[in-house]
Amino acid sequence: MNLPKLVFRNIFRHSLRSALTILGIGVTITAFGLLRTLVGAWNTGVEASSDNRLITRNAVSFVFPMPLAYQNQISSIDGVEQVTFANWFMGVYVDENQFFPRLAVDANTFLETFPEYLLTREELETFKRERNSCIIGSVIAERYDLQRGDIMQVTGNIYPGTYEFVVRGIYRPRDQTTDASQMFFQWDYLNERLIQDSPGRANEVGWYIVTIAEPSQSAGVSEAIDAIFLNSRAETKTETEASFQQSFISMSGAIIQAINVISIIIIGIIGLVLSNTMAMTARERNQEYAVLKTLGFKSNFITRLIVSETLLISVLGGILGLAITFPLTDAVQEYIPAGWFPVFEITPLTIGLSALAVAAVTIFASFYPILYAKSQSIVDGLRQIS
Amino acid sequence: MKNIPLSYSIRNLFARKLTFFLTLTGITLVVFVFCAVLMLAYGLQKTMVDTGRADNIILYRKGSDSELSSGVDRNLVNIIATLPQVGRSASGQPIQSPEVLTVINLDMKSNSSMGNISVRGVTPGMVFTLRPDVTIADGRSFNPGSREIIIGSAIQKRFQNTNIGQTIKFGGDEWTIVGIFDGDGSAYESELWGDVDQLMQAFNRQGAFSSVTVRLAELSQLPSLQETLESDNRLLTLKAESEPEYYRRQSRYLNIFIRVMGLSITLIFSIGAVIGAMITMYAAVSNRTKEIGVLRALGFKRRNVLASFLFESIFLSLLGGSLGILLASLLQFLTFSTINFGTFSDITFGYILNREIILYGLLFSITMGLAGGFLPAVQASRQNIVSTMRGG
Repeated sequence: MNLPKLVFRNIFRHSLRSALTILGIGVTITAFGLLRTLVGAWNTGVEASSDNRLITRNAVSFVFPMPLAYQNQISSIDGVEQVTFANWFMGVYVDENQFFPRLAVDANTFLETFPEYLLTREELETFKRERNSCIIGSVIAERYDLQRGDIMQVTGNIYPGTYEFVVRGIYRPRDQTTDASQMFFQWDYLNERLIQDSPGRANEVGWYIVTIAEPSQSAGVSEAIDAIFLNSRAETKTETEASFQQSFISMSGAIIQAINVISIIIIGIIGLVLSNTMAMTARERNQEYAVLKTLGFKSNFITRLIVSETLLISVLGGILGLAITFPLTDAVQEYIPAGWFPVFEITPLTIGLSALAVAAVTIFASFYPILYAKSQSIVDGLRQIS
Repeated sequence: MKNIPLSYSIRNLFARKLTFFLTLTGITLVVFVFCAVLMLAYGLQKTMVDTGRADNIILYRKGSDSELSSGVDRNLVNIIATLPQVGRSASGQPIQSPEVLTVINLDMKSNSSMGNISVRGVTPGMVFTLRPDVTIADGRSFNPGSREIIIGSAIQKRFQNTNIGQTIKFGGDEWTIVGIFDGDGSAYESELWGDVDQLMQAFNRQGAFSSVTVRLAELSQLPSLQETLESDNRLLTLKAESEPEYYRRQSRYLNIFIRVMGLSITLIFSIGAVIGAMITMYAAVSNRTKEIGVLRALGFKRRNVLASFLFESIFLSLLGGSLGILLASLLQFLTFSTINFGTFSDITFGYILNREIILYGLLFSITMGLAGGFLPAVQASRQNIVSTMRGG
């Protein structure tokens, strides 16, 4: 007997019910996909990390700076290729809700440490040459309609005063995980202002980014760096870029946990909707199962029939869900304030998890109908015909 | 003709136990998440608004949006103390606390990673007059002029080596924990407190406080204080804001995040549960085609049939909703700790249920019942008497 044909015909028997179930699963898978994308967006910082970069910051916390002089001291350690640094400037651009990071960076070295920010040679040269120049990510350029030569005015909050920058370069992301929503300007430009306005805060660095020759040496080099500054006024804590990023994620661990719990609840809801449909179907077809058994089909066949039908409905629902998730994710990204989630993309992992959810739900929802079909005797099934 | 008895609808629901149970559970879960999100947002709001009083005014540098990036010069503090709007204690002292706020890292108990914690340098003695809700729960307060700190009860539970008598190293020195304080559910419970002068010295702040908090002599004087700041050249750089307003602003992004993300996701997957209810109700209608025919033949009107099926669906969803709310109310025993995007430091708050949330939960479940039951109920009411009786 042609199983696929029977399964296919079966789902059209109650086409409204099947359509509703598929729609229900689809919408719910969409919610699941969005949540997983959100978790993925949270993790992009870790994924974008390079394993040959270390971050050195003040051991007390990120709020406290370190002396500029540390750059040379760190450079002298074996295994260190390059040391660059940055300060968190932020400030207010346009209005308070524009969050993308604005960093004062060491113009000579910073962009060499981050080869994933693609710039032309000319852009890079101009940036190094012009004191008040800045480089922005392509996402920022698009969002604020900025072009080379445009001026960005930023009002400082951490560093008081109004600052004007000329856009001299627009970097493109090399990888999908690369954050193209940042703005960099010359640390020297900031420092010159600080020497004038508040000399007590000049010549200080927010964090160092240390490029090492061999990723396998990261632990040793980190220890060597921290050992130099032990018992100084500004002790340091050095870790790989990935674990630095991870520590920020850990701090919002409860949110990730909550999202995970909701994800499981969502799968539960899909399971309930599908189970409901399949349970109804099984009861209605009791006589048919009896007829099939009478004709000599083994109960294995009926099991396969039920599982195939459940699978078909849930797979169709899953495909529908993913089809909605893609455009919806784009729409959500437009809506999220700039800088909240630099990368908001559906990852293969999300698709894989959705597929796994569909599979799990299929097994769950087939369970009762199979048990039911097996428990019914042929005679009972046929008697219902009355 | 009278309406169809409600018991007819209710009994029908229980006639098909499995379907009833599956649909009910779906709705319960959706309402549970819906309420949990609202409870969390409300818990955050309550923690933030409870942090401070309307007549406590925080003064910080204009242009900086938080204490963390603010700086208030030491000599401004003396000027502020003389302002007529600042309240006086029984002994005639101005009720004010110049403070310094910064962030340090501590190791969490739950995993090996570090968390950011706000450390606040406060004015010994006066700070407890200013914030009477803060009380020492265990141990004693820090001694002025010493490297002692007290720790908020919320972080004491979450971070390693934070018991009384243990020391924390920062600012080039060891600080001994001498007490644990409660803040009546406020954000202060997520902070460490010590003597402001000691902390300024340790952090090398060179005479710049982060903020000054003052008690108004009278609640209505905030506008007058703001005017004074505008008109006095020495105080032009300062901004005055009431504590509840300030803390609300500090938590606005976390609040938006919880509400917008939480509710929009919930709304999306609630459609799934609504469709589940719809499937159940359609099945109920098609199984009872004959019954509907009988009811109509007995003289019940179409609208009676419509109302009866709609009631069945609403009853189902209300029952699910109530269970969901009940389940969510158990969350009140839990607390939720995360990083506050506004201050970059750890904040602990609870899930708090209030009447509004219960009401929203019930309204939400009724809406789900209506949405899921309406079309099937219309179908039921449209059945033709003769053909339904003939069917089957």
